Amino acid sequence: MARYIGKEMSRVDGVAKVTGRAKYAAEFRAPNLAYGFIVLGSVARGTIKAIDTREAESSSGVVRVFTHLNAPKLGPKASTEYAPPRNTREQDKSFRALQSDRIYFNAQPVALVVAETYEQARYAARLVRVSYNAEKPSTDTEAVRERARVPTQGQPPKPRGNPEAAMKTTPVKVEAEYRIPIEHHNPMEPHAAVAVWEGDKLTIFDKTQEVYGVRRHLASLFNVPEENVQVISPYVGGAFGSSLRPNYYPSLTAMAARELKRPVKVVYTRTQMFTGHGHRPYTIQKIALGAEASGKLTAMIHEAVHNTSTFEEFNDNTTGFTRQVYACPNLYASTKIIDVDLNTPTWMRAPGAVSGMFALECAMDELAYELKIDPLELRLINYAEKDPESGRPFSSKALRECYRLGAEKFGWKNRKFEPRSMRDGRWLVGWGTATGVWGVFQSPASAKITFRADGTAHVVSATSDIGPGTYTVVTMIAAEYLGLTPERVQFELGDTKFPRAPAQGGSQTTASVGSAVHGAALAVTAKLFSLANQDANSPLKGAVASDVEMLDGRLRLKSDPSKFVSIAEVMRRNNLTEITETFESKPSEERRKYATLAHGAQFIEVKVDPDLGQVRVTRAIEVTACGKIINPKASHSQEIGGVVWGIGMALTEATEIDHRYGRIMNPNLQHYHVPVNADVHEVETLFVEEDDTVVNPLGVKGMGELGMVGIPAAIANAVFHATGRRIRELPITPDKLL
Amino acid sequence: MRPFKYTRASDVDAAARTVTANPNAKFLAGGTNILDLMKEDVERPAELVDLTRLKLAEIKTAPGGGVTIGALAKNTDTANHPLIRKNYPLLTQAIVAGASGQLRNMATNGGNLMQRTRCQYFYDTAMPCNKREPGTGCGALEGLNRIHAIFGWSEKCVATYPGDMANALYALEAIVRVRSADGRERTIPINDFHRLPGDTPEKDNNLKHGELIVAIDLPKSPFAKNYYYLKVRDRASYAFALVAVAAALELDGGRIRQARVVMGSVAHKPWRSAEAEASLTGRPASEDSFRRAADAALAGARPLAHNAYKVELGKRAIVRTLLRAARLI
Repeated sequence: MARYIGKEMSRVDGVAKVTGRAKYAAEFRAPNLAYGFIVLGSVARGTIKAIDTREAESSSGVVRVFTHLNAPKLGPKASTEYAPPRNTREQDKSFRALQSDRIYFNAQPVALVVAETYEQARYAARLVRVSYNAEKPSTDTEAVRERARVPTQGQPPKPRGNPEAAMKTTPVKVEAEYRIPIEHHNPMEPHAAVAVWEGDKLTIFDKTQEVYGVRRHLASLFNVPEENVQVISPYVGGAFGSSLRPNYYPSLTAMAARELKRPVKVVYTRTQMFTGHGHRPYTIQKIALGAEASGKLTAMIHEAVHNTSTFEEFNDNTTGFTRQVYACPNLYASTKIIDVDLNTPTWMRAPGAVSGMFALECAMDELAYELKIDPLELRLINYAEKDPESGRPFSSKALRECYRLGAEKFGWKNRKFEPRSMRDGRWLVGWGTATGVWGVFQSPASAKITFRADGTAHVVSATSDIGPGTYTVVTMIAAEYLGLTPERVQFELGDTKFPRAPAQGGSQTTASVGSAVHGAALAVTAKLFSLANQDANSPLKGAVASDVEMLDGRLRLKSDPSKFVSIAEVMRRNNLTEITETFESKPSEERRKYATLAHGAQFIEVKVDPDLGQVRVTRAIEVTACGKIINPKASHSQEIGGVVWGIGMALTEATEIDHRYGRIMNPNLQHYHVPVNADVHEVETLFVEEDDTVVNPLGVKGMGELGMVGIPAAIANAVFHATGRRIRELPITPDKLL
Repeated sequence: MRPFKYTRASDVDAAARTVTANPNAKFLAGGTNILDLMKEDVERPAELVDLTRLKLAEIKTAPGGGVTIGALAKNTDTANHPLIRKNYPLLTQAIVAGASGQLRNMATNGGNLMQRTRCQYFYDTAMPCNKREPGTGCGALEGLNRIHAIFGWSEKCVATYPGDMANALYALEAIVRVRSADGRERTIPINDFHRLPGDTPEKDNNLKHGELIVAIDLPKSPFAKNYYYLKVRDRASYAFALVAVAAALELDGGRIRQARVVMGSVAHKPWRSAEAEASLTGRPASEDSFRRAADAALAGARPLAHNAYKVELGKRAIVRTLLRAARLI
């Protein structure tokens, strides 16, 4: 019986965060720190003709102005004495600041002004004069749609069955195009770095989802061994994918610090965040669904195109999950990309999935209305009992229970089928549903536990906690398996001095790092067991290791708790003050025999003002099946946050570009509308726990991204139900409903 | 931001004199708009004259049965003042429809009238904008103009006045009292306060440089009973209006004795519709009358590429607002 796992626990880092004790990247200081301010360009394509930095350089407090003319070139050079190991991953072609006169996107950094104070740097940044040889930019994905191409990375999609032929003969068919705009992550914390060099050794405080990724990146760009770079990132104030890749500012900051031989800090402004990292790409999706009159799907064709940059391929595999959600014998699902003059897109919460499922789940709703079948019923008719793509069984799949529970809680049976058939006074009421899906990812991860004779433990792993509650959940796992109270466990993360962990992305952290901590705790247990067994009179003698557990200072048998030894005594006898074990966990071979997915069912009520086009999401019920829930408190928070993200995507968020200039025109929070409290009404999140012994030792699946997948579709479907208007282009702003 | 001189004004005349003496000086009150614009490098005053120590925050009854509200009274205090809630509830509604509680606690009434446009091109110093930098062109005219004007714009500027409070003040026929460096006061009827862009979009209003708003006078109003402020926006709170309507009716039984209809976020100034008001006068307070008024109000609209929706939305918003004002819904 678990003592902590599965029980609500408040965030162990909560007090530090609300009292300001938690230090974020921009809050670190170093002696003699100088402040950098980035100067952004004003054309989207072309070259820099000239930069006049004289006025800026003579401005008060300015230490140096870096441009492509004086900034050193970054990257491995054959002639240097240290050659970094060849990266087996795709060569990193991400944008790097001040490396040439070439302009790849509007609001690209063209200079860095470093001064004694932030205010001096910001002021002098305005004195830098830049002229350009501007070329006509192409940033409108819609306008260059015919240029869509198959990404060079990955396998070209293979059709299942014969979708085209099946589509020709299918009795019922719907076909439509859906669009989502560019979106930006907008975490509360701006991206920042503080770089400190000592000789050839770099320490950098950074906002990142992967300290080892930043280390690899910087070691390669500055031609130093990876061990020379320490990346420190104890707290992250939201990232949502925007800090999965290193972005351009860490290398820019480290470059300035190295040149100036003094520490430098650079912090993005909110505006700089709109081009300082990637975005969810503009995505056009064409879907055709064929079905029998019974509702059974006969064919699915789902084709997506989205933008990438001119210098790098990004592909969010928009249609990936379409292959696995519904049982259908004939299917074609592809994602193509188009080069435009914008910075490279990147992963943004539920990348690909929330975009693809917006289109698919709206199309399913359209099919339901074509067939006159209840939308939830249509999903049940096409329920995939096994993975339609591989034919393999699911390791677990409680989606049917999610549908059932959600429908019951929501009162779905009271829904009137016809659009515009439900009202609340003047307001039109609409009920919509959609399915959520996300993968079950796990990557190799390491954790180290130092268990002390005084009954405390120190746990470390170089993972990140961008907000989901990793500090807390790892503390709970360690406490559970070391038999300690959580107060006796201290967990540290976000530092390359700790064992390697993967990026906090893809909702894989608890599965990966949690499994490593679990493994390390079992290793401590095993070590204690073998030490105990050195005593010929040990009551545990002859026991099997798997029957031994740690609890409250005892090493005891699960099968017979009366048989135990004192851990302190075992350690004292062996002259040990502490035991340290490092464990690397990896995805199991067993997983390959199964398809592994996490699912959810969403039920949304909207109220729409029929005259003014305003939509309110008055009720959201989200039921999620993602394996075992370690900390229900933080887990509900994750899913509530997912719903809020879904509301933003559905109703308010869009990055607007003036394509004449290729420039983002709303790079701030007054013009880019994230939902505010008043946009969020009743949100209820529920879990249907799955007992999954395949996915990983803890039986956990990711949930952070899953929580938003399906929400935009469910809202759009509810808007259709309320109004009879099918809005296929997000966000659904009042003007679209007039 | 750029270096600037900061002066704290000790009295009203000194404040006006200091700003008058320096063509690049500006007044500072709540700072909720000008400081943001300075950080964005949009506003570049060489000197800020801080008014916040001046005693201009009083809200009191005025001779003739009206109320005068001090220029430095905070939006929050104004909205909540018993005299305003009782006599000018339309103003209370309009104020609380704007910004957030925190901003309203800082923002002053005088400063609110001086609020600058929220046009994205105005905010981005890399873009052309005749309002920010005369002669550079209007970025929005053929650019992104979903939130821009449908009335009164010129080839030079299609920006809107974004505020809420002023829409109610236009409906209430407020009078702005201003003082100049020589100590003389003059009054400006609110309808003449803001300007249309014409060839000089850099000028938002008819204040002369150095003239200081000291108070806003509200004449005795018959509109404490039938009024409504409606704000349609992209999210439920904390966003500028797509279209706002301030409407007030004086009813005589079921008939409209007089009406006020002002639209916000549709022009370079709050757009009072004489056509709508004329159409309503003497007619029964009914949905039919309101529809005719709405059609009349929007008849002269000249939408741009991305804001044609404002014409239909404006009509519907007027009908809804009048229905509410007449308490028919």
